[in-house]
Amino acid sequence: MSDRDHLEGEHFMSGDDACAEGAISADCRFFAGYPITPATEIAERMSDRLPEVGGTYIQMEDELGSMAAVLGASWGNAKAMTATSGPGFSLMMENIGLGVMLETPCVVVNVQRAGPSTGLPTMVGQGDIMQARWGSHGCYSIIAISPSSAQEVFDMTIKAFNLAERFRLPVLMMMDGAVGHMYEKVVIPPLSEIHLITRRRPDVSPGEYWPYVPDDDLIPPMADTGEGYRFHVTGLTHDERGYPAMNPEAQDKLVRRLVEKVERHRNEIIELEEDGIDDAEVVVCAYGITARVAMIAVERARQAGIRVGMLRLITIWPFPEDKIKRLAGQVKSFVVPEINYGQISLEVERSVAGMSKVVLVPHMGGDVHDPETILEAIRQVVK
Amino acid sequence: MNVPVVTGETTEKHPLEDYLRFDRLPHIWCPGCGLGTVLGAFLRGLLQSGLTPDKVAVVSGIGCTGRSAGYIKLDSFHTTHGRAIAFATGLKLAKPELKVVVFSGDGDLAAIGGNHLIHAGRRNIDLTVLCVNNFNYGMTGGQFGPTTPVAARSTTSRTGNIENPFNMSALAAASGATYVARWTAAQVHQMERSITEALLKRGFSFVEVISPCPTYYGRMNRLPTGLDQMRYYRSNSVVRHGTNPNEVGVGVDGQIVTGKFIDIERPYLPSSGDGNNGG
Repeated sequence: MSDRDHLEGEHFMSGDDACAEGAISADCRFFAGYPITPATEIAERMSDRLPEVGGTYIQMEDELGSMAAVLGASWGNAKAMTATSGPGFSLMMENIGLGVMLETPCVVVNVQRAGPSTGLPTMVGQGDIMQARWGSHGCYSIIAISPSSAQEVFDMTIKAFNLAERFRLPVLMMMDGAVGHMYEKVVIPPLSEIHLITRRRPDVSPGEYWPYVPDDDLIPPMADTGEGYRFHVTGLTHDERGYPAMNPEAQDKLVRRLVEKVERHRNEIIELEEDGIDDAEVVVCAYGITARVAMIAVERARQAGIRVGMLRLITIWPFPEDKIKRLAGQVKSFVVPEINYGQISLEVERSVAGMSKVVLVPHMGGDVHDPETILEAIRQVVK
Repeated sequence: MNVPVVTGETTEKHPLEDYLRFDRLPHIWCPGCGLGTVLGAFLRGLLQSGLTPDKVAVVSGIGCTGRSAGYIKLDSFHTTHGRAIAFATGLKLAKPELKVVVFSGDGDLAAIGGNHLIHAGRRNIDLTVLCVNNFNYGMTGGQFGPTTPVAARSTTSRTGNIENPFNMSALAAASGATYVARWTAAQVHQMERSITEALLKRGFSFVEVISPCPTYYGRMNRLPTGLDQMRYYRSNSVVRHGTNPNEVGVGVDGQIVTGKFIDIERPYLPSSGDGNNGG
């Protein structure tokens, strides 16, 4: 990419635009998508930007095809992305599963709106958090990130591509309608300061290559299509040769590795931000736009003399359960505001295992919490 | 022609040995199934085309035909049900120097994948689709599908199918395909030649092969063996090149019109790159 194509400098842009620019800076050169509010601006910007940098934009006939095309493009040696919202995310679940099974690096952006079903198309929600974790059938682990600002959208989109390439799987950018449509200052650093990871290639000759022989870190090198490797890959349970293997032993070996390659690297993947949790009696745990609303409540509670900490999840999957477990003994209560009826709060409950009280502050979506509601929940738990 | 003598010590190399995954044989297809015939014709058609095999990728969906990718020794992808064309679209656009072939069945391409088929035709994306049409869902036990003729019996239409079927060749042509041909599994040489032509065609090329499923469709419709179905094709097929594809619907009995129906030029995607490597 030439410097002209890289928009280094300070910008005033939306979270959706920052997502597109982050993708361009991460060397994403393929986008397949289908228009959907509030993610459409990502597709629009990619349709402008990709041709400028030698990439390809294709508008598919639906989100089923978009996700399939993204996988195909990734196997064609492109860093590839799609962006959608709830209804489209539901359709993409099918081929997110194939992406997991074929171990295909790619990034899937979900700018969450309020559901279920068509719900509130233009308005914020955070109801797809468990869908991100469990939405495709079968057993697997996934990586999902939830940015809170336009700047973080830019930074985390680059990180999402790096994680996808490093761990060979679809990485989910779980934005929300508020962050996607919010305009803020975004600083795009010089290209030289952007660290990019690309998929590991086989170091054996085609005759010796099998597509699913993992390295020590459980991640197999990925051959490029059209380079003579003549590999076969399948969504069926398969052995290290990539051949179908219809037996429980092959299933056990494969699925364990698909889960373990993520879980074993939790510390490398997980990113959090903490604020004043060392002596806190209450910790507010939040993510996405809700973390910024919650911070207002935290500051007001501190002014009122309450020792309250803030734990902001940037990575939501894998869930940072070790961090919560460590806090469980010392923190009396966790307050978990989210724009749904309780999803991440369930993970916090699971992690504290009865050692702390967990209070959900639900909001059904359409707008963000009133900070006063979160403040009241903090007041109640210290009463 | 020399007939190789099987001695167990033969040094004679199978002509397709370099393009088949012998370590995956025997295949899963039933005795009398047409898929082996079509697979052989595809590989011979590919060799005839002069394309560089390492630059050819095969994408399959799900079903009996979907298993084809797994036996072909090229870069090959066995994807999700109905999504082979969409997957192939991404692969082709990301790497235009590849020749990307979709090898799948009528249920996969016309039912669950019907939307991708028509839009790939509309875009005239530079792919070759080889559609093996056996008029039913074989892998799941012989249910009627989008191509099952009216009155044909299946395990979910015991008294005869009441739905009007798709004529696949007409569907592909109406969608915008630049090359459309149909053959039966009994017309091996014509099929091979069409596959070569389709592979060398720029744009969306579509070859339909009508193929026996003795285990289900044939058995339930008074043609209980593969041989019965092949004999039926032999006696009832007519070759009519250039026929309007709207007039070549296939019934539960009667004539099967075969031939090359469409061979036209139209702008295609991706507009850059050499889709016909070394051709």
